[in-house]
Amino acid sequence: MTPEFSFEMLGITKKFPNVLALDNVDFKVKVGEIRALLGENGAGKTTLMKVLCGLYRPDSGKILVRGKEARIRSPKDAIGLGIGMVHQRFALVESMSVLENVVLGTKMDALFPLRRARADVEELAEKFGLKVDLDAKAWQIPASEQQKVEILKAMYRGAKILVLDEPTSMIAPSEYETLFKSLIELSRSGTAIVFITHKLKEAMSICDTITIMRRGKVVANCDPKEVSAKELAEMMIGRDLQTEAPQKSVAAGGQAVLEVEDLFVENDRGMMAVKGVSLSLRRGEILGVAGVSGNGQTELMEAIAGMRRPKGGRVTMDGKELSKLPPWKIRELGLAYVPESKRVAISPGLSVSENAILKSYSKSLSRGFLMMKESVSEYARQLVEKFNVVAPSLEMPAKFLSGGNAQKIVLGRELMSDPKVIVAGNPTSGLDVSSTELGHGLFLQARAKGVGILLISEDVDEILKLSDRIAVMLGGKITKVFDRTPPLDELSLAMTFEQ
Amino acid sequence: MKVRLERRGATSARLVALSRLFAVVLALPITSVVFLACGTNPAKAIAEIFGNAFGSWFGICETIVKSIPLILCGVGLTVAYKAGIISIGAEGQLLFGAIASTWVAIYSGLAPPLVLPLMFLLGGTAGAAYAVLPGILRAKFGLNEIIVTLMLNYVAQNFLVYLVTGPWKGKGEWGFPQTDKFPDYACLGTIPGTRIPYVTLALALLSVAILHFQLFVTKLGYEMRVLGDNPEAARFAGMRITYLVAVSMAISGFLSGIAGVGEVAGMHQRLKRGISPGYGFTAIIPAWLSNLNPIFVLPASLLMGGLFVGGDAIQISLKLPFGIVNVFNGTILLLLASGEFLARYKLVVEA
Ligand SMILES: Nc1ncnc2c1ncn2[C@@H]1O[C@H](COP(=O)(O)OP(=O)(O)OP(=O)(O)O)[C@@H](O)[C@H]1O
Ligand SMILES: [Mg+2]
Repeated sequence: MTPEFSFEMLGITKKFPNVLALDNVDFKVKVGEIRALLGENGAGKTTLMKVLCGLYRPDSGKILVRGKEARIRSPKDAIGLGIGMVHQRFALVESMSVLENVVLGTKMDALFPLRRARADVEELAEKFGLKVDLDAKAWQIPASEQQKVEILKAMYRGAKILVLDEPTSMIAPSEYETLFKSLIELSRSGTAIVFITHKLKEAMSICDTITIMRRGKVVANCDPKEVSAKELAEMMIGRDLQTEAPQKSVAAGGQAVLEVEDLFVENDRGMMAVKGVSLSLRRGEILGVAGVSGNGQTELMEAIAGMRRPKGGRVTMDGKELSKLPPWKIRELGLAYVPESKRVAISPGLSVSENAILKSYSKSLSRGFLMMKESVSEYARQLVEKFNVVAPSLEMPAKFLSGGNAQKIVLGRELMSDPKVIVAGNPTSGLDVSSTELGHGLFLQARAKGVGILLISEDVDEILKLSDRIAVMLGGKITKVFDRTPPLDELSLAMTFEQ
Repeated sequence: MKVRLERRGATSARLVALSRLFAVVLALPITSVVFLACGTNPAKAIAEIFGNAFGSWFGICETIVKSIPLILCGVGLTVAYKAGIISIGAEGQLLFGAIASTWVAIYSGLAPPLVLPLMFLLGGTAGAAYAVLPGILRAKFGLNEIIVTLMLNYVAQNFLVYLVTGPWKGKGEWGFPQTDKFPDYACLGTIPGTRIPYVTLALALLSVAILHFQLFVTKLGYEMRVLGDNPEAARFAGMRITYLVAVSMAISGFLSGIAGVGEVAGMHQRLKRGISPGYGFTAIIPAWLSNLNPIFVLPASLLMGGLFVGGDAIQISLKLPFGIVNVFNGTILLLLASGEFLARYKLVVEA
């Protein structure tokens, strides 16, 4: 007889210094079920799943796997029980091939270890629609493929329970379809899937049940067919959602503030990723750059922000050439930059307040060579308040912030620095619904003040909602510019085919 | 029964402190094995070491004498490590400080009152320059600073040997490989009744205070900490990486250079082989023991200084080689590394 529940977490409590991250949580998922786990940033979703995967030990509570009480003390125990987790940050060994990554750490034949494994992995990939080039090196493949590899990795280890922490924040909407298809295929074969996300639409479209967490508690389990997105959002924040969509004023149509001329940029592998891009960003304008990830957007952004030397062409801001200046000079001239990857923007071992000031410490927060302690904590308090950052303490190391709250700091810092131009890459990825609204509102506020904003996002909805003009990037080139917001399907088409 | 490793969710400050303490305490029984192998009663040997180092007024003064260079080098290394530069070049910087100040003392021909101040200035600067070099090589060209600093130690050692056996060999020294004795005005005064040079003692204490302040209160310290914690974040924030690396290394090298001046002008009053029994290497231990906090370099250096004194003593009283002290140091270093591990993981014993 097969048990009804794939796993049951009962009465799980987990306390961190100054915060009760999980408060007597019950969470049960059936065999073959796809479960969405929703909740505001810092609600405890990741923590709950890390308990299941043996990364944290709960203070109390027990876990049953397929009806039997399980002792999960380490990730190894969890893997032994068939629990696999795909973390928000992928953990592939970049210099190894995809196949090597998949089989890494499993039992292998002593001679020609990869020969048998290859057949097994190929079969698995075929079965679940997770086809990837097994011989490519991990660094050569885009985020969406890396994610498939992570799933394959878990399945190869015999996962019966698969946890995906915000799987869609790293990949483009056009790639969701394949991911979802694979997940449905997996669930049909009896795998229980937990899917953490902030995107209500996708939670409602592929999940069997939705669990909502708020401040460490499970507040509701509901059937996606019986609730609306608005109701979900309200359950998440525990009060009525103010549906006051931020007002977008008419574009100011000011003069150009940032000009990119015939820019050529190489990626990390020495291949030309940006091939002659020209753009002109006006004051008080949001210029959206849409595109499937890996079409040169990252390199374009990094080159403008001075993090990457262009191979040709120039970038000018207010007539000053940026392309030869060091990053600190470019910041000083008033260019704010929200990088796609949080890793480059957060100093994990330093405190939350020390991270909050990373952008402004040398301007208003220091006098001579001294840091002004008072102003530093004041600034950090303001940022935390303005952006609704949930942090148990401002003195705690930033690495203990939840994913979304770290992103709020990265974004908030730039918006508070009073810039002339903002270059933002996926600025709201990982943010919950209300924080995304808040972020969008602040972008529009900045725009109204005359700031020029280059918004590079994989979230087409975000681009459509905020942009005055939209440039489509494909294969390292700007292939189309829409002077006013196009319909979604027209934009999607432009993103996939050169016209 | 099964024993296994389990990852800890979070590493508390208390745990880190405990792991440091554990490294020092556990080194005793492990070193005891070596004493036994030498045919000595370990309890007696350990009592002898610590009794000599801390058990008498004379012992304590000697311990302080040996701690001074350890504090100077150790605090300097703390700064470098905080900025993410794994320097093991304090020894070479110390020697270069000693060499430069020897030139001032014997060959500069300056007016006597200027000599000592200039010895410190030039000694520190020489140490700093010798440290900045690998810093720049790493920041600009990506050369591994561990290897470069290590190699530069041997360059400095050999250069010193060349000087004292060749061009700087003393005339009145019966052929010993050493320079002439410094004139009196180039030697440091000591606290009456001891061998402690008060100038370097004061400088060592001052450096602890200043660098603690520097790291945790100043803008430069903040930038160094970000750089050490996540270099990408430092670059993102627009910090000047090469400059920061150079300044961190300059501070580190300056203090090591000062330690070198202290050894020639305060202890040996001449330049010769063996002015340092490896202070620059040993100082790596207090830097890590302190968990990269300058204040804690102080007690950790006293401990290490005590070991030097005790090690000298057992050579005479128990006829044991000084190498035993190195065994002790090495053991502590290994235990520090494993303590680091145990602060992150714990051993679980299950039935
Ligand atoms: N190791 C830790 N030490 C201290 N506090 C922690 C630790 N991990 C998480 N927290 C805190 O626990 C709370 C819940 O964090 P968690 O990462 O589970 O949130 P989340 O629901 O995944 O949020 P997000 O949507 O932003 O990813 C947060 O307040 C976070 O700061
Ligand atoms: Mg999370």
